[in-house]
Amino acid sequence: MRIGVITFPGSLDDRDAQRAVRMAGAEPVALWHGDHDLQNVDAIVLPGGFSYGDYLRAGAIASHAPIMSEVIDAAERGVPVLGICNGFQMLTEAHLLPGGLIRNDHGSFIRRDQTIVVENADTAWTTDFEQGEEIVIPLKNAEGGFIASQTELDRLEGEGRVVFRYSGINPNGSLRDIAGITNERGNVVGLMPHPEHAIEAGFGPDTTLAMRSGIDGLRFFTSAIRALQTV
Amino acid sequence: MTDTTTPARMHVADTVQNAASTPEKEQPYAALGLKPDEYASIKEILGRRPTSGELAMYSVMWSEHCSYKSSKKYLRQFGQKVTPEMTKNLMVGMGENAGVVDVGEGWAVTFKVESHNHPSYIEPFQGAATGVGGIVRDIISMGARPVAVMDQLRFGSPDHPDTARVVHGVTSGISFYGNCLGLPNIGGETYFDPVYQGNPLVNALSVGVLRHEDLHLANATGVGNKVVLFGARTGGDGIGGASILASDTFADGGPTKRPAVQVGDPFAEKVLIECCLELYREKLVEGIQDLGAAGISCATSELASNGDGGMYIQLEKVLLRDPTLTAEEILMSESQERMMAVVEPSKLEAFLEVVKKWDVETSVLGEVTDTGRLVIDWHGEEIVNVDPRTVAVDGPVYDRPVAYPTWIDALQADTAEALPRPTDPATLREQFLKLLGSANLADKSWITNQYDYYVLGNTALAFPDDAGMIRVDEETGLGFSIATDANGRYCQLDPRQGARLALAEAYRNVAVTGAVPAAVTDCLNFGSPENPEVMWQFSEAVEGLSDGCLELGIPVTGGNVSFYNQTGDVPIFPTPVVGVLGVIDDVARRVPSGWQDEGDNIYLLGVTANELSGSAWAGTIHGHLGGLPPRVDLQAEKDLAGLLHAGAQSSLIGSAHDLADGGLAQALAESVMRFGVGARVWLGEIMDRDGVDASTALFSESTGRVIVSVPREDDVKFRGLCEGRGYPVLRIGVTVKADAGTPASLEIQDQFTLTVDELRSTHRATLPALFGPTVG
Repeated sequence: MRIGVITFPGSLDDRDAQRAVRMAGAEPVALWHGDHDLQNVDAIVLPGGFSYGDYLRAGAIASHAPIMSEVIDAAERGVPVLGICNGFQMLTEAHLLPGGLIRNDHGSFIRRDQTIVVENADTAWTTDFEQGEEIVIPLKNAEGGFIASQTELDRLEGEGRVVFRYSGINPNGSLRDIAGITNERGNVVGLMPHPEHAIEAGFGPDTTLAMRSGIDGLRFFTSAIRALQTV
Repeated sequence: MTDTTTPARMHVADTVQNAASTPEKEQPYAALGLKPDEYASIKEILGRRPTSGELAMYSVMWSEHCSYKSSKKYLRQFGQKVTPEMTKNLMVGMGENAGVVDVGEGWAVTFKVESHNHPSYIEPFQGAATGVGGIVRDIISMGARPVAVMDQLRFGSPDHPDTARVVHGVTSGISFYGNCLGLPNIGGETYFDPVYQGNPLVNALSVGVLRHEDLHLANATGVGNKVVLFGARTGGDGIGGASILASDTFADGGPTKRPAVQVGDPFAEKVLIECCLELYREKLVEGIQDLGAAGISCATSELASNGDGGMYIQLEKVLLRDPTLTAEEILMSESQERMMAVVEPSKLEAFLEVVKKWDVETSVLGEVTDTGRLVIDWHGEEIVNVDPRTVAVDGPVYDRPVAYPTWIDALQADTAEALPRPTDPATLREQFLKLLGSANLADKSWITNQYDYYVLGNTALAFPDDAGMIRVDEETGLGFSIATDANGRYCQLDPRQGARLALAEAYRNVAVTGAVPAAVTDCLNFGSPENPEVMWQFSEAVEGLSDGCLELGIPVTGGNVSFYNQTGDVPIFPTPVVGVLGVIDDVARRVPSGWQDEGDNIYLLGVTANELSGSAWAGTIHGHLGGLPPRVDLQAEKDLAGLLHAGAQSSLIGSAHDLADGGLAQALAESVMRFGVGARVWLGEIMDRDGVDASTALFSESTGRVIVSVPREDDVKFRGLCEGRGYPVLRIGVTVKADAGTPASLEIQDQFTLTVDELRSTHRATLPALFGPTVG
């Protein structure tokens, strides 16, 4: 099983995403934004960071990178695609997911261990969760406020395409507390929090059992591996 | 690679030939920060007047900031007071961009702390942001991948109307730049004191890791090798920053100096980091230097001085953001995100391939020569012809007058031990909470919530733990721990002792995490060296610190001096920030700072004396500063560190937390709040053994003390460990979790009880009340 992680200029969490893929039991493949080559990977991760310094809008320039045409084709073929933070911003800019992400309502960058509820456990990236399960993964962004038209929001909710919702605290002013969404087919998922930072005991969020022991993020990647195995 | 650009408005530069034939020309050396005797000395070195380009170079490189002319005499002690044992793991010592320490298994760690104080007052956001950018480039230029940053911040009075401007600007500048670079921010310090009102301190530290074979130095060797400038284009920002800003004092009513502050682009720097690391991997550079203070003047003269001694540069090949810049401005510009490399001609093509891949702009400026001269041409005319060592190495050295401060005896005689101390539980409780909620001891998550510490996935400890810890090797778990400290109040009372206290505390903060302290960096923030009393403070602090390092057996590997930190004639408190780096075999054995389990025994290591002078208690409760700071016994600190390391290695210690500002009271509160596990604590045995009262037991800041929690099953072994090593130890409490009906609390027996919620709400309310709400 080979999962590609695309590095753009300004990607920051690309090596973290590669580690997450490896710890979940798949082979990480480093992909380069300037290539038109997905190297036959089985799934794709668009990692977090500040691609192109967030110039214009976060994710806007990266969504026009050469490799994105292959990503869009692959997504339309049903290849699992996960966009994390800046990757989520790219997916909305590339119109693989609806809506957009704007500056946090409080105006500052925020890093916190965030509780989110899994509302759709049927996507390619969430089958290893229970519907309605609360998980904790780190959140860190300056432009994480999810917006969409009322009609689009109603549609996302009506079709069960809200995958994650913030619980307890809405950290960035996202409409209807939306933390992550999926496309109609359920293979493309984007979210603002960072599952790749909660994959290894000792380096994840604090839990009630022990400091830094949270590994809820690992199941994003095991879900994708399972989804691919059952195809 | 872009072709040579032609400036839109051709500037006629002052040539060497012209300088020789017009000796009488008046030159603005004073406006550039040079003193008359320094100008005379330049003329003597050159045998003629300098060209305007040469004058620009000398003025920035001979500024206090770049030349260390007032401090050099004292800094030599750091290199002299060493033993072979101390330097055996030192791969690169002082004088390079950053020191490099062998941490074993073929890995090395490089680290350094630097100041960006003056720019951060004028333009807090950009000043702080470019402070991060600058120190990170120092780390890259050693051949290392930067893996962490920390900031040491000192602001004016928390309720002064201007403080919020500086706090907001500095915090968001660090957050913006560090987060965009993808570097975890793992610790640091934040203090408030009116003495920093017109001169905040913004120090930035960065750490990098490298394999031994990847070490790079700033040498221009190999005649015929190409000198390449790459990264961002050169613009008009920061011109004169080094000479005018960093070496001048803020005075009311002067002209605004905003244009001299640099502007940062972290995206450009992130790309530059990855580009440099790829160049190193492919072994495409012979020598490398970052461009910081004094820009091209500094990089060319230092590279040439450290190498074969000669260099030829065509300055018009520098890629410009603003084509109207003059040659002198190009030499002085402090535009950020630039590097200069020395490349073998046979590797130039491969070098250019890599920079192109990263979309980094590049121009070949010239080459290494064996003439012993740094020659710079501007459109075919020679505008600089100097011995580079006279610019970069053999600058002026001053033996400034030193005077024992007239006021210090009276200050030291006014001790805090004479202040009234509470005896009743209600007043103790009130003072306990007042300290906990004071700006200096309050929760700093208003600031640290804006920093990413998760990125890179190797952060084992970060704030609010005593030190930050990063895993270096994912296979073996090898890692480092790092902490910085400085207490300006102690240093004002006694700078020699204050510097030793900062060293002792940083050393202890590293030791409590289970790491072995290995090396030191420092950022010495002081007032004007032209003030003899400041020079006395400086000399005392450097002697104290260098003697202390010798006693502890850990070398100073590099650092920075920042003078002229004062408003008007009032200098800041001497603030020598000391950073200690430690090594840990396996970060899985790290020790956290808070209690996690119920029923653990709480031990206090070390003894408590009546040492309240300079303390947070004296400052917060009585608005008092006087007396002598706590005593330091560095041999005891060494013994304590050895004991903690042994305890951590045998996994006997559940948590360990250093006692410092606010004493035992603050350490207990923080240990409770960290994970919400309460405790029952008794002070009686401390009071009996050490002959102190309850308020002294709680608030004294005696050194060499740590509280540790030990699981019951390891109790006998732990006591045995302490007895075997002869370190004073007392069981002072037990951890208690919440159960049905009773919330988790800190109970100080016979005195008072505070619930975790009460502690947290007091601790967390202060900064949001001052600077605005925070999320969650």
